[in-house]
Amino acid sequence: MGVSVSTSHVKLEMRNITKVFPGVKALDGVDLTVRAGEIHAICGENGAGKSTLVKVLSGVYPHGTYEGDIVLDGEVQTFKSLKASEHAGIVIIHQELALIPELSVTENIFLGNEIVSHGLIDWDEARGRTTELLARVGLEVDPRTQIKNLGVGQQQLVEIAKALSKNVKLLILDEPTSALNESDSENLLDLLRGLRERGLTSIIISHKLNEIEEIADAVTIIRDGLAIERLDVADAPLDEDRIIKGMVGRSLEARYPEHTPDIGEVFFEVRNWTVEDPTIPGRLMSKSSSFQVRRGEIVGFAGVMGAGRTELARSVFGRSFGIYRAGTITLDGEEITLPTVKSAIARGLAYVPEDRKTLGLNLLDSIRDTIVSADLSRITPGLLLDESLEYKAAEHYRKSLRIKTPDVNRGVSTLSGGNQQKVVLGKWMFTEPELLILDEPTRGIDVGAKYEIYTLINKLADAGRGVVLISSELPELLGMCDRIYTVCEGRITGEVARGEADQEQLMRLMTTTSSAA
Amino acid sequence: MKSIRSLFGGDPRQFSMLGALVILIMLFQVLTGGKVLTPSNMMNLINGNSYVLILAIGMVMVIVVGHIDLSVGSVAAVTGIIVALALRDWGIPWWAGILLGLAVGAVIGMWQGYWVAYVGIPGFITTLAGMMIFRGLNQYIGDSNSIPVPEELQFLGGGYLWEWGPNTGFNNSTLLLGIIAGAFVVWREWRKRVRAARVGFEPDPLPIAAIRAGLLIALISYATYLFGTGREGTSFPVPGVVLVILVIIYHVITQRTKFGRHVYAVGGNRAAAALSGVSTKRTYFFVMANMSVLAAFAGMMFIGRARASGPFDGTLWELDAIAAVFIGGAAVTGGIGTVTGSIIGGLVMATLNNGLQLMGAGSDETQIIKGLVLLAAVAFDVYNKKQGRPSVIALLMRRRPTFRDDDAAAAATPDGGSSQAGPVGAQEELETATSSTPATETSHPTRNANNERQEP
Repeated sequence: MGVSVSTSHVKLEMRNITKVFPGVKALDGVDLTVRAGEIHAICGENGAGKSTLVKVLSGVYPHGTYEGDIVLDGEVQTFKSLKASEHAGIVIIHQELALIPELSVTENIFLGNEIVSHGLIDWDEARGRTTELLARVGLEVDPRTQIKNLGVGQQQLVEIAKALSKNVKLLILDEPTSALNESDSENLLDLLRGLRERGLTSIIISHKLNEIEEIADAVTIIRDGLAIERLDVADAPLDEDRIIKGMVGRSLEARYPEHTPDIGEVFFEVRNWTVEDPTIPGRLMSKSSSFQVRRGEIVGFAGVMGAGRTELARSVFGRSFGIYRAGTITLDGEEITLPTVKSAIARGLAYVPEDRKTLGLNLLDSIRDTIVSADLSRITPGLLLDESLEYKAAEHYRKSLRIKTPDVNRGVSTLSGGNQQKVVLGKWMFTEPELLILDEPTRGIDVGAKYEIYTLINKLADAGRGVVLISSELPELLGMCDRIYTVCEGRITGEVARGEADQEQLMRLMTTTSSAA
Repeated sequence: MKSIRSLFGGDPRQFSMLGALVILIMLFQVLTGGKVLTPSNMMNLINGNSYVLILAIGMVMVIVVGHIDLSVGSVAAVTGIIVALALRDWGIPWWAGILLGLAVGAVIGMWQGYWVAYVGIPGFITTLAGMMIFRGLNQYIGDSNSIPVPEELQFLGGGYLWEWGPNTGFNNSTLLLGIIAGAFVVWREWRKRVRAARVGFEPDPLPIAAIRAGLLIALISYATYLFGTGREGTSFPVPGVVLVILVIIYHVITQRTKFGRHVYAVGGNRAAAALSGVSTKRTYFFVMANMSVLAAFAGMMFIGRARASGPFDGTLWELDAIAAVFIGGAAVTGGIGTVTGSIIGGLVMATLNNGLQLMGAGSDETQIIKGLVLLAAVAFDVYNKKQGRPSVIALLMRRRPTFRDDDAAAAATPDGGSSQAGPVGAQEELETATSSTPATETSHPTRNANNERQEP
């Protein structure tokens, strides 16, 4: 690459890493240089090779299965396993946290690394060390707390404490903030800064470019298995658009497609919607929420994680969450009840869940089975499913949504995240909904696919459907929505029209507990 | 190679599983010096296994949906004793007895379905309880005695089709069945081509379709010959006919109806199914209820064959049925498995049993070998998954016939054994199609959304 790296001590050097899978070169001579004490970001679209690179580094792909050298603190490393790399001080925190919900914080931190004296675990010592570690990561909880009682942000901190307990020299975070709300993300980034001050080197993989811009000292951009470039804060401040350009190989003119809304009448209205938590009696997840959607309108729901947006949407969608307590739904002027998901689908509602792998897809199914799965009646003219209708429908959505696959008979699990999300969208478009509720539709998918999904959302609105867009990314809401509701602690706290909204205002409304509406 | 692929691409799993079975049969045929493929042995094999195969039909649905049913043997036994007593003591006609038996099965099934679906007790526990309850009921009702059953039931459980018409040298009923089956094969190939034309994708080349149909017809012809030329008064056995009818019905139910799709959807990802409008409770309920109805039916067939209902009928049947389903490629985690695969899995077990017996192996050795085969079949599958290679069983069991002649169609290898040859595309697909574990229910369902896909 010939990229010059400033002279301060180099922590990690990966030289000319090439990893070949049968038929595919996942990494093609990638160089990665991380200086000691810096936060180094790796950026790239899904499938660019970031994860492969990390797996090579951490010994998941053992030495010998790839070409090139890994040099840590000036010594060439030949990791045979994850354990070996951990021994050398490389710790990875995956986006899917590896904590055991039923065990306590202490037990989790020392799992597989127990403090043993006289052949027995010394829990007192472990608890003491845990308290110390938790203080270092700024988490104030009792070490005996079970993990399941912590929020995702707190769990993330426990993971970091666990890494610190292993004398980590190089911390790798894979999408650490993707499941966190803004304030938890901010916390985490602060912690990383603090750790950097104390000399910890970290590598962060993230889709959230604004965070990278904020925190990273250097960025390596990977595209199609090649290290495209290395940007260094020392040379010039990091710039989001610059990174995107490197990632996609072109600059995106606009992150959100041009769209002139054509908004009609109010056709869907929810009034005084009140829902109780199914597991904690008396706790209301939605408190007398009211909102309306017009035809051709894209309505956003902003809120921090846990504010109750998903719960509100799912309880409206056939009471698929919580216990219904009060409230009415009006569709086209008619008051309706939607006691089951089936009835909601029949009345033209669709809900694209926030987590496609656990809620949106049956990963064992083919694309074709999935597309039709929310409305089998459409392919069942008589008693039996008509497979040719099914095939036609699947082909239609493969083409119109540009799902990248040679064949709709393939399993959905063979698709990349963005394409899986398109399949889920296709599944719900197949039901020809009047109101489409999209819950975090672009989470974890790359920039290019996001743009395509935005275009689709606009098209749906232009076809006279109502769209509800739930998102944790404020720029996305501001870029896409005609109107935005803010939700906080189960209450709708504000309503802002397009053009009037900005991030600060939304943030404020999202965190007000008193109702403003 | 390509032509072989498309030859079997049309409907890969039946073809290749069948291939494995044929090889096994031929192996025993050689080892026993020709004792396997004789009319009387094959009739025995069918008569002696059809009830377990009928259980396997229901069991695969239970396993796909994510449960297991341990009570089927006991349900069969309690139904048997009730029907036998009703026929003997109440003097009701045989058909009323069968209806009564099915009703008993339905009531038991609804009982078990209720606990599983609406109370939420795992099928394993519910049916473990059922296994004891219904075994006890069988012995309580029948006073642990054997009760003989009338001839009509014996016909159902071990009878032969009628002799009629001109002397063709065959049993004419069997001959007719063979002709119908052959005609069905031809019709199906034809329909496939018509459908292809209608939807607008390329059908298999004509010679390929012809060879495929030809092979199947040859097999049917041989079976017709084998079963049609047995001892005077014998034919393709009645339990075999019943089994074939049930297999066809349930194949269609599982593959071509909404209910069938719901079974796979709930087994594959319960939460996603619920959010797609599937009533998971109703699906559990009907799957469990259906299993008991089939168990009741199998119980009646068995007492017909045994000519009496006894206190130990159906012991350990559940395990045979479960083994058949897993050899037939179902996944322990649910979501994967087919009726036809399970039947072939059951036939593999039956053939092993039969062949080993003919070779003079005792039941001790037979059990050891059967156990090892079960373990090996599933271990091989698991090993392949771990290596990232296609799971052979899953490969054979792919639920969907592929319509296009490309990588996906290549997933089928003809002999059911060699899987290495598949192109990357097919491997990748199968790896992911089978190794993906269903999502675990975590307390934070929002957490694991954006898994970056590895691009091998």
